[in-house]
Amino acid sequence: MSALTPGALPMVSRRRRVTDIVMRSVLALATVVALIPLVLVVYYLFHKGLAAWGGKFFTSDPNGNFLGYAGGIRSAIFGTLEMIGLASVITIPFGIAVALYLTEYGKRSRYANLIRYFVDVMTGVPSIVFGLFIYIVLVLGNVGGTGFSAWKGSIAVGLLMLPIIVRSSEVVLLLVPDSLREAALALGAPRWRVIWKVVLPSASPGLRTGSLLAIARGAGETAPLLFTAVGAQVLTGSLTGQMNALPLQIYYDIQSPRDQIVTRAWGAALTLVLLILALNLIARITSRRSRLA
Amino acid sequence: MEAHATVTTSGGRSVLERSPLSRLPDRVLRWGLAGLATAILIIIIYFFVRLIGQSSTAFSHIGFINIFTRNNWDVSQLQQGAACTTASNAGCTFGAWALLLGSLITAAVALVIGVPIAIATALFINEMCPRRIRGPLTILVDLLAAVPSVVYGLWGVFVLIPHLKGFQQSLANTFSFLPFVGGQVAGPSYFIAGLILAIMILPIVSAISREVIATVPPEHKEAALALGATRWEMIRMAVLPYSRAGITGGAMLGLGRAIGETIAVVLVIGDSPKLGHSIFQQGYTLAAVIANEFGEAASTPVHRSALFAAGLVLFVLTLAVNILARRFVVRGERGQRNSGGSGTVAPAPEPEAAPA
Repeated sequence: MSALTPGALPMVSRRRRVTDIVMRSVLALATVVALIPLVLVVYYLFHKGLAAWGGKFFTSDPNGNFLGYAGGIRSAIFGTLEMIGLASVITIPFGIAVALYLTEYGKRSRYANLIRYFVDVMTGVPSIVFGLFIYIVLVLGNVGGTGFSAWKGSIAVGLLMLPIIVRSSEVVLLLVPDSLREAALALGAPRWRVIWKVVLPSASPGLRTGSLLAIARGAGETAPLLFTAVGAQVLTGSLTGQMNALPLQIYYDIQSPRDQIVTRAWGAALTLVLLILALNLIARITSRRSRLA
Repeated sequence: MEAHATVTTSGGRSVLERSPLSRLPDRVLRWGLAGLATAILIIIIYFFVRLIGQSSTAFSHIGFINIFTRNNWDVSQLQQGAACTTASNAGCTFGAWALLLGSLITAAVALVIGVPIAIATALFINEMCPRRIRGPLTILVDLLAAVPSVVYGLWGVFVLIPHLKGFQQSLANTFSFLPFVGGQVAGPSYFIAGLILAIMILPIVSAISREVIATVPPEHKEAALALGATRWEMIRMAVLPYSRAGITGGAMLGLGRAIGETIAVVLVIGDSPKLGHSIFQQGYTLAAVIANEFGEAASTPVHRSALFAAGLVLFVLTLAVNILARRFVVRGERGQRNSGGSGTVAPAPEPEAAPA
C-alpha cells in the first residue's frame, strides 16, 4: 500500500487512515506489553538471584538451622536431575512408541483417533491432578513399601510429559516420506526393520527436540511433586525415599519469613530457569539442524 | 506372478513369503505398540475411577449437590456426623462454592486481560511486523511459557503484590461503580492471581491464534487490499472473521490452563476460604486449596477426601473446557475450508495447519 502515491489514486479518507494508524499502534503496543512481564521476570531473577549465588550455594544442602547460614541448593539440583532423568527414561520411549503406533499402524483408523483424542485430553489435565492420581494410586497404596518416594514423583511428572512427547513425535514421524518406507519394504525388509533402521533414524533429530521440550516442561513442575516426592533436605541418591527438587525448594522457601531463605528461593529460581532455557536452546538448535523435508 | 503362485516350499507357502518365525517380531511389535497406546486409555480411565472412589467419603459427608452450592470451607468447624440441610449449616463443611467461584473469577480475569493481548500479539507478528523480527519475536513470546509456574509465583509474591498495591487501590476506587469492584484492597487478591494467569496463558493463546491466522488464504487478504482496504481493515474484514472459531478455541484452551493452574495461584491469591466481596480481595481456588491444605489433611480422612473431590471437580471442569475447545479449533479448521470464509471469494486450496 505504501507504493500508492497520493496523486495516482484517490486518497483513503482521513477517518479510515487514522483508524488504521491507531489500530496498528494498538497491536504493536500490545505486543510490547506482552513482553514486559518477560523482561521484568528475567530482570528480577538476575537482580535477586545472582545475590544468592556464590559461597557454598551450589555445594551445600539446606540445613533447616534457624540461625546462621541456611544452606544452598545442592540437593535440590541433584534431586531435579535424578527425578527428571528417571521420568525421561520411562516416558520418552513410551511416548515415542505410542506415536509410532499412531503413524505406522493405527494411521487414521477410528481406534488411533480415539487414542489421539485421549492424548489431547491428557494435555489439558492440570498438573496437580496428575499429582493426586499418583498419590491415590501409588502413595496411598503404599506401593514399593514407602509412602512418599522420588520415583513416584518421576511417574507423576512423566505422565505430564507423555502427551507432549506423543504429539510432537507424531508430527515428526509423519514428516518421514512414505517413499523411504516403501523403498525399504520393497527391498524385502520386515516392518520392524523399516521402523528401526529407516523411520526412527530419519526422524531422530525431531524426536530429540520434542523430548527435550517435554523435559524442560517437566523440570519446572511443582504441583505433581508436592504429594509424591514431598521434598527433603539432604542429598540422596535413593529414589525410594523422599527427595528434594528445585521447584519444591523454591515453593517452600517462598513461604519462609527469613530474608536469607527467600534470597535462596531467587537463586534457585534463577538456576531452574537457566536450566530450562538451556534445554529449550538445545532443542531449538537440534531442530534447526534437522528440518527433514 | 506365475512363479510366485507355483514355487512353494514343502510347507506349502510361497518362497516369497516370510516364514512364520520371521514374521513373529513384526507381530510382537505391532501388538506391543498397540498395547502401549491402549495403556494410555486404561491409565486415564483407571485414575478417573479411583478419583471418584476416593472422593466418595466427602460426597457422602455433605451430599453431592451441596459440595457445589454451599459456601462453607471452614475446616476448623468440621463436625463429623452432622447433617447438611437447608436449615442447618453444621454438616456443610467442604461446601466448595467459594473455591469453584474463585477458580472461575481468576480465570475470567485472566481471559479478559490475556486474550486481547494474545490475539493482538499474534496479529502483529503474522500480519504487521517486518519479516526479520518475526522469528525472534515468536521465540520471545513462547519463552513466557518456559518460565515455571513457581517462578511466576515467586515473582508475584515479592514483586507484583508490593508494587501493585497502590495500583490496585486506584483501580478499585476508579471503577467502584462496577459490581464486585471497590472497597478496601488486600495485597494478594483474585486480581493479582488473574494477572499472573493472564501472563501464563498468553503464550498458548497467542501460539494457537498465530497458527489459525496463518491459515487465512492470502487471496482473501489480497482481495481486501485490492479493494482499497487499509491494513487494519484487511485484518478486520478478511483475517478475523476467517479465524474466529480457531481463536475462540485457543482462548478456551487458555481458560482450561487458567482453571487448572495451581502453584502460582496458591502463592498470590491469599488462600482465604471466604468468598471475597470484590476481585481485589483475598480468595481461594480449587487447585490452590488442594496444594495448600494437603499436608494438614493427611490426618483427617474426610478432609483429604474433600480435597480429592475438589480435584475431581477440577478434572471434570478442565476436561469439559478442553473438549469444547477442541471442537472449536477443529471446526475452525474444517468449517472454514468448506465455506471459504465469505462466500464471495472462491476458496483456495489451503495448506494444513502447520504443525508447531
